[in-house]
Amino acid sequence: MTKRKLFHFKGIGLRTRENLYGYGFVFLWIIGFVVFTMVPLVQTFLFSVNQVTVTATGIDLRPVQWDNYSRALVTDPTFVGLLIEYVIETLVSVPIAIIFSLVIALFLNMNFKFKGFFRTIFFLPVVITSGPVIQELTAQGATSVPGVANLGAITEFLSTLPSYLSNPVEYLLTSFIQILWFSGVQILIYLSSLQKIDKSLYEAASIDGASAWESFWKITLPSLSTTTLINAAYTIITLSHFSENKVIKYIYNQTYAVQGGIGYAGAMSFLYFFVLLLLLAVMFLVLSPRREKRR
Amino acid sequence: MEGNLRVKKPDLTKIKTFLLGSRTNYGMVFTVLLYALLIAIGFVYLYPLLFMLVTSMKSPTDLLNPMVQWVPTTLYLGNYEKALRVLDYSNTLVSSILVSVLPSLITAAVCSLVGYGLARYRFAGKNIIFALILATFIIPAQNTVIPQMLMYKNLGLLGNILSLILPALFGQGYRSAIFILIFYQTFLSFPKVLEEAARLDGASDLRIFFQVALPAAAPAFIISIIFSTVWYWNETYLTSIFLEGGIQTLPMQLGKFTQAYENLYPPGMVNIFDRLNEAVKLAGTFLNILPLLVMYFLLQKWFVESVDRSGITGE
Repeated sequence: MTKRKLFHFKGIGLRTRENLYGYGFVFLWIIGFVVFTMVPLVQTFLFSVNQVTVTATGIDLRPVQWDNYSRALVTDPTFVGLLIEYVIETLVSVPIAIIFSLVIALFLNMNFKFKGFFRTIFFLPVVITSGPVIQELTAQGATSVPGVANLGAITEFLSTLPSYLSNPVEYLLTSFIQILWFSGVQILIYLSSLQKIDKSLYEAASIDGASAWESFWKITLPSLSTTTLINAAYTIITLSHFSENKVIKYIYNQTYAVQGGIGYAGAMSFLYFFVLLLLLAVMFLVLSPRREKRR
Repeated sequence: MEGNLRVKKPDLTKIKTFLLGSRTNYGMVFTVLLYALLIAIGFVYLYPLLFMLVTSMKSPTDLLNPMVQWVPTTLYLGNYEKALRVLDYSNTLVSSILVSVLPSLITAAVCSLVGYGLARYRFAGKNIIFALILATFIIPAQNTVIPQMLMYKNLGLLGNILSLILPALFGQGYRSAIFILIFYQTFLSFPKVLEEAARLDGASDLRIFFQVALPAAAPAFIISIIFSTVWYWNETYLTSIFLEGGIQTLPMQLGKFTQAYENLYPPGMVNIFDRLNEAVKLAGTFLNILPLLVMYFLLQKWFVESVDRSGITGE
């Protein structure tokens, strides 16, 4: 009772007051969202259904309906190929990044000597994964599994496989370290969730005779299911936004190309965005049922 | 006989415990396996860095010599001298620092405000705002970048650091969504008691935010500023579109290293040893990440340990 009275001190109701202050704090963000995200997004969409020409005075729009989209999907020989390559590479990378970061997080959650040293190593990539750096390192062959990708036997074996099989394997071999390097933040996220799991659960399980192996599958993994979802989403989004991503580079180059243009680039951006959303949806479908089974 | 058995049994368990571990210790086999794995993975992780460091110190003769793999014959720093010149290091370094630190400070400040509002007030449409915040994280930059660029062009802000600061000021900086969630989690985890006590004493909401909530959120600030700085530093897509022609950051300059090198050392004019080779390129790459490495080793405690405190996991 006294509490409710307290909030009445300015003569406005609690709910109005909360609304007012809540929006007061979020106000800046809402303006920013409208100005820097929503309006540009709508504008890009408008560009994508127009032929855009940049003139000295401004930009000219000539409506072409869905021509840019059909051009990207049907006429352009490179775009769809790059898009498929991107989907395959993402589907290969995400499980590796997830499993790898989980394993490292499990290691780092244990007690052993020199833990700080190893921790320093595993988080190092977080600070250095910028586009040009990765590009230079990949160009010099420094991100492939040391020694493996250059073995004659392997390249020979790959050449016998059909390209839809050999391409992902080749990608895996040449970019293995790059995938691992994209796992830094995920390790952090896993580690902090691992530390939140109630230790008494493990004690109870071991008293009941569960082995460490069993408690990993029955306690650790189920407790991490939400975290896995977050990590998978994070991995997909980071990989898709990475400036060395071939689709992004292609769209960027087409923006300034004579035969491309802003409208065409806009159409490809939206198609790419759509594929990204599809990937996220697939990931949710794959990872969510496991959460239901637990109950 | 019986006595003998009794002596032997504990011995066996001792060996077994030593090898396979017990409840309190992991055991020898597991420990050896653990370190072997950790060292192997650690090596794979560091391999590109080691490769870069070693190659960048190879002289042109070492590069051509197939016998020289991991240990250069002499300590050769000529590559670094060239890379420093090509990167225009002192200028690009200063602008890189400005371009990454200023927006990240602003991002942290604004995100703390937004995160606090979301954590402490119940208002209509909050879920929609959460969804939109997540959307800003998912929407690829190229879906919004061209209209933004045209807007800055009209305002005369292209090539100006303001083109990065303005979005940050309105909570739309690079990966702001993550920092909003970090602050949201942080403020949510604080007990409300202190703030209610301050309110009883007649403090206004803003004053409570600044004097009670913010000081307690210091770890969230530090981790946000660090990560934001690193991400802004490494961001090249937006910077190359918004800043090109005005400000050169280190990664931007690295992106056109070959071109810049050939401007300084025209291929037809210099002798074969001064031509661009991978050693110079990798020296440039190393110079590029050096400031971040220094920052990382100085602040590494914060990278790792504040994560549990600031609750980076947004469940």
